[in-house]
Formats: sequence, C-alpha cells, structure tokens
Amino acid sequence: MVIIMHLYKKYLAIILKSKMEYKASFFMYSLGVFLSSFSVFAGVFFMFRRFNNVRGFVYSEVILCYGIFLMGFSLSEMFARGFDCFPTLIRKGEFDRILLRPRNIVFQVLVSRFEYSRLGRLLQAAVMLTYGVSKSNIRWSGMKILTAALMIFGGMCLFSAIYVMYAAASFFTLEGLEFINVFTYGAMEYGKYPFAVYGKTILRIVTFIIPYALVQYYPLLYLLDREDNAGYALLPLLALWFIAPAYGMWRFGIKHYQSSGS
Amino acid sequence: MKKYISFFRLRFAMGLQYRTAALAGVVTQFFWGFMEILVLRAFYEADPTVYPMTIEATCCYIWLQQAFLVLLSANNFDRELINCVTDGGIAYELCRPISVYDMWFVRNMAVKMSQAMLRCVPILGVVIFLPEGYGLTAPRDAMHFLLFLWTLFAGLSVLIASQMILYMIMFFTISVEGVKSFFVAAMDLLTGAVIPIPFFPEKIQRVLELLPFGAIQNVPYRIYSGDLTGAQMGQAVLMQMFWLAVLASLGKLLMHRAQRRVIVQGG
Repeated sequence: MVIIMHLYKKYLAIILKSKMEYKASFFMYSLGVFLSSFSVFAGVFFMFRRFNNVRGFVYSEVILCYGIFLMGFSLSEMFARGFDCFPTLIRKGEFDRILLRPRNIVFQVLVSRFEYSRLGRLLQAAVMLTYGVSKSNIRWSGMKILTAALMIFGGMCLFSAIYVMYAAASFFTLEGLEFINVFTYGAMEYGKYPFAVYGKTILRIVTFIIPYALVQYYPLLYLLDREDNAGYALLPLLALWFIAPAYGMWRFGIKHYQSSGS
Repeated sequence: MKKYISFFRLRFAMGLQYRTAALAGVVTQFFWGFMEILVLRAFYEADPTVYPMTIEATCCYIWLQQAFLVLLSANNFDRELINCVTDGGIAYELCRPISVYDMWFVRNMAVKMSQAMLRCVPILGVVIFLPEGYGLTAPRDAMHFLLFLWTLFAGLSVLIASQMILYMIMFFTISVEGVKSFFVAAMDLLTGAVIPIPFFPEKIQRVLELLPFGAIQNVPYRIYSGDLTGAQMGQAVLMQMFWLAVLASLGKLLMHRAQRRVIVQGG
C-alpha cells in the first residue's frame, strides 16, 4: 500500500511536470473548464431572479445541492480520468504495456492520466460549495457534516464507476461511446437541481437504476431538515452497489481482451 | 460564385459521412431536450404568472434548439481550420486564388449544415408525435414558418461571422484555446443556450436583443412558435442583417491585416 501511494505520487509529479511544459495552454484550458461550469451557475442564478422556488426548493438550497454534486463529479473527473481516456489507450495498444507491468491494472489505468486542468472545475465546485453553505440556514451538526461528506464521496464513487463502465465497453467497441456523456456531463449538469424537480419517473430511474438520487436528493432532504430519519444521511453508502456491476464489466472486458493497435 | 458553390457541395458531402457520430448526438440531444423541458415545466408550475413564455413555445424552443444544436451552437468549431494555423496547412489555403475568408465561411456553412441535416431529421421526426406540452407543435402559420427558415439561415450566418473573428484572431495569437473558452462560455450563456433569453431579467434581455448574441438562436426558435411576432419580430430580422454586415466586415478587415503578416508554422 505504501509503495502504491509512493508510486501514485511519482506519477502525479511526472504528469504535472509534463503539463507545466505548456503553462499558458494549461491555464487557459483550466480557465475554460471553470467558465463552462460558471455559465451553468449563471443560468440557475437568473432563473431564481424570476422564480422564487422550484418544487419547494429555494435558491440557496439549489446552490448547495449543485455545489455538493459538482464537487463529487469534479473529484471523480480528476482522479478517474484515466478511464475516461481509456479508449485511446486501447486503440494505441498502450494497454498491452500496462498488462505486462507487475502492478495492479486498475491502478495503472488510474494514473495513466491525471487531469490537473480539471482543477478549474474543482475550484468552481469549491466556490459553489462555500457559497451554498454560507447562503443556507443549516445548523451544522456532526451528523450533517458527515452527510455532506458522504454525498461528495458517494458522488465521486458513482461517477468513477460510470467511467469504468465506459472504459469496459471500449474493450469491445474499441472507440468511446459518446452517449455515455449523458451519464457523466449530462448528469452533472442536471444534478444542479434536486432530482425530484424532474418528476416521479426520472426520480425513480435515478434511484433504482443509476443511483444519483441516493447521493443527491435523499441525503439533501436530511441536510435541509425535511427528513429526520438519519437513514437518509447514510443512503450515499447504498449507492456504492453501483461499483459492483462496473467492476464486473471491467473484469469481463479484460478476460475477453484481444490486443489492438500497434 | 460557382467555385464557392462547388466547394460547398464537396464539404457538405464529406460531412454526411459521419453517421455514427450523428447517432450518438441524436441520443444525447433527446435526453437533453427532455430534461430541459421537465425542469422548465417545474418552474412553470412553481409560478405561472412570471413565466415568460407559453409551455408550447418553450417546448418548440427546446426541441428546435436540440434538433439544430450543431448548426447554432457556439462550441462547434472546425478543428481542421484551427490546426491549419499551427501546422502550416495555412500555406495551401493562401495559395488558392480565392478569398480565404469567403472560402472558410462557405466551408463552415457546409460542414454545419451537413451535420445538422443528419441530426435534425430523426429528432424532429419523433418530437412532432409527442403529446402536447412536451412535443413540438406545428408552426404558428405559413408566414412564421418561412421566417423561421430565413432567420435560421441568417442566425447561422451571424454565428459563423462571429466564429470567423475568432479564427482570424488565431493568426495573431497562434494558440486560440484561451480566447475560445471565453467565447464559448459567454456565447452559451448570452445567446440563450443555457436558458432562453426571455428568462433573463427584462433589462438584460433588452440589451441582449440589441447585441449579436440575441441575433442567433433567439430569433428563429421563437419565431417558429409565434413567441416572437409583430414589430419585435421585424426588428429582430433587421438586427440579424445588421450584425451580419458588421461582423463580416470586421472579420474581413482582420483577415486583411492578418494576411500581411502571416508566418507559416511547421513543415
């Protein structure tokens, strides 16, 4: 474990070094990522200049919801980016090299890319989260801080699992399935509103099929004192079941992997 | 003129080859459209009195926006053009005995129109059958429909004219990523891609409608349903022409300046 952590740090340092060779382009790109999330926020801001609430959620509550959800997403985007770029690894035949090295495969894919430029989104998420927390009238207790932390952690794991599934699919298609973006970027954007806003059908889908609501809507109810049942606070842990099928698909993919590229 | 038309046909035919990408786009756009309509309906239910459109007009706006996304999205750039300044390909472009500005303009138009052609048919074909309040309703009348087509084309021209300015800036800065990300984020918000312009506070809305931002997707998608009509519609149609003339002249001026000092990169 210690060796793995050491190696991880080494990898990050190398990637950072290579990025710093193109400083201007790196900062511009980070800025771009920041700005694109910012315009989503601006959209919410202007909607609430006109409307007082949406399905009973007021501005400050929506912002808090968005901040937490975006934080989970941007962490996963930063750390699990290797899986997002996995189709390229496969196509270029780089994955064969990974298979030959005497280290864990998942670990090596994880460190194959580390997206520092996504710091832009992380910064945006941090700003949103701080703003949301300061705007909300939540009386923070230990349990509530734990809830918020679990929401971020659960969101990070859920999005990472989706990235893994996306990577696993590319074992067979050899190219990225673009529509998966709906479940990553799409979900991130629509997660700005508590999922109940989209009506019962959508809420059911994001509860039972892809459990976004378990890391967003239900624990949020507990944070906002609309639900006293502490069970709601622990629901993000339940969302971790989604890692199982993702890992299963990944194992299945590796088993049936036939080399490609040159 | 003939050479531009044949250039257009060439690029158009090339664009039609990318069918898998189009299919992925269609799936994404359906999802996006549904979610957008659901959230706007939720706002409508929260307070119908301050809701600035009818639900039918909202649905038309969203579905047309999704169907023609590649046509009027500010984020749809021609990678090859961006690369040709850094990899030296620009030398070939300059060798041709025609105006680079006009050629690139036509090229952008052909690429975007062929991409949109592939995507809009399946989307429109489904959404006209969705129940009222969710789907695309018929246009208000024949006149509004013809004006919709006209302003869609004019909106495309305004968008390309503004993107051309970005391509021209590239000649001076070489790396365009920074300016581009500013451009896309600002355009997405201010042209009504994030939320339709009528949802902005009234003062901001009025300013936006006088600027080029309000002359792109804001016009055709609202004319179709009759949300934009009468004198305001007339004004919007004229504003599109005005901004097209201004932006195209500015672009050509920049092109002229750039050509005098172009340095061919790469080999």
